[in-house]
Amino acid sequence: MALISMTVNGVQVSQEVDDSTLLIEFLREKLKLTGTHMGCDTTQCGCCVVHIDGVSAKSCTVLVGQAAGRSVTTIEGLAKGGELHPLQKAFREHHALQCGFCTPGQIMAGAELIATYPGELNEHVVREEMEGNLCRCTGYHNIVRAILAAGAEIRGTKITDPTLASHSVEG
Amino acid sequence: MYPFTYHRPKTIAEAQQAFSEGMDATFLSGGHTLLPTLKQRLAAPSDLIDVTGIPEMQGIEEAGGFLKIGAATTHDTVFASPIVRRLIPALSGLAGSIGDRHVRHRGTIGGSTANNDPSADYPSAVLGLGATVITDRREMASDDFFVGLYETAREPGEIVTRIDFPVPDIACYAKFRSPASRYSIVAVFVSKTGSAVRVAVTGAGASGVFRLPEFEEALSADFRPEAIAHLTVDPDMLLSDMSATAEYRADLIRVMARRAVEKPGQIQSFK
Repeated sequence: MALISMTVNGVQVSQEVDDSTLLIEFLREKLKLTGTHMGCDTTQCGCCVVHIDGVSAKSCTVLVGQAAGRSVTTIEGLAKGGELHPLQKAFREHHALQCGFCTPGQIMAGAELIATYPGELNEHVVREEMEGNLCRCTGYHNIVRAILAAGAEIRGTKITDPTLASHSVEG
Repeated sequence: MYPFTYHRPKTIAEAQQAFSEGMDATFLSGGHTLLPTLKQRLAAPSDLIDVTGIPEMQGIEEAGGFLKIGAATTHDTVFASPIVRRLIPALSGLAGSIGDRHVRHRGTIGGSTANNDPSADYPSAVLGLGATVITDRREMASDDFFVGLYETAREPGEIVTRIDFPVPDIACYAKFRSPASRYSIVAVFVSKTGSAVRVAVTGAGASGVFRLPEFEEALSADFRPEAIAHLTVDPDMLLSDMSATAEYRADLIRVMARRAVEKPGQIQSFK
């Protein structure tokens, strides 16, 4: 057992936990932040993506001790002042989810990509960089569109996917 | 996972001490191989010693004609490093081709090298560039370091602290990967320094990463794809699994080696 302290969504938290506790277990079971989902538990699917000091990570493959002293952001911490993050809005607007299970991970991954990717975001880049996030119902077209739209809004750039300009949503 | 005690030492001396005090301790770096292994209860270490908080195991520098990379440096840091891009662009590209974005944020060059997974990317660069593996007690040539499947010449408790890459004239990498696991089914790293050529193959060997002396000889004489077009690889020494048969891997090695040489300085990923 160890006393683990970290900042989660801007709030300082401390809990006594087993050393073998995973970050996702700490978030869901100790802090009751159940927005982060456990999908595959094998580092494949990306449902559990959170930000650790602003960098995306699969929280099913991080020990709580590895995140101690750091600042963790989960899907619950993305909206600011009651206002959804632009990517959350874009997911709704572009119908980028169906069952919603993978959505927290998709949005955390997409938000980090928009915030940190050094180059231009286009469809190819988004598809390559989002490879670690699997969706088993909608496919990826609308997820990519939502990320490109939110990316353009946040970065103040033009949308590079021509199908977005006409709001086309065909598969 | 079976219970264990987690340690986060700040110096190599502290890490050595934690290892010697543990009943059956092991080192943790990015954890992207070790933690999945522990979840499957395939290992039960008493102590996990996290080496990523040790400052001297971090960072990238150019010194004395070598590119020196701290063992706990993440794949993403190697990929994004302007120094790596300038000196060995194929190594930067290789790091950027590992797993996915989130995995690259956590996994480290030293962890991948010390683990010597037969499908990992880094062992092919370490062997293909003739790098030197630096540990807390000695320096080892890459030819002596990789011993077999998940096996290296490391002694119990020996910590890989840094990897020194000589800067080649040309390096290139071509990989054919499983789109599901994102691991290489076959990947070939080629480097040329003066007239000396090294060709290292990962993903395919029944004993892990290995070199192809025949290909090296042919490319030393003539560094063009045509020079290796007639060469074949013996499937006897290769892995056969659900991704590919040994015969298919043998053919892929030939194709990936040719494609690597076709695009000097670049990395290509096929899936």
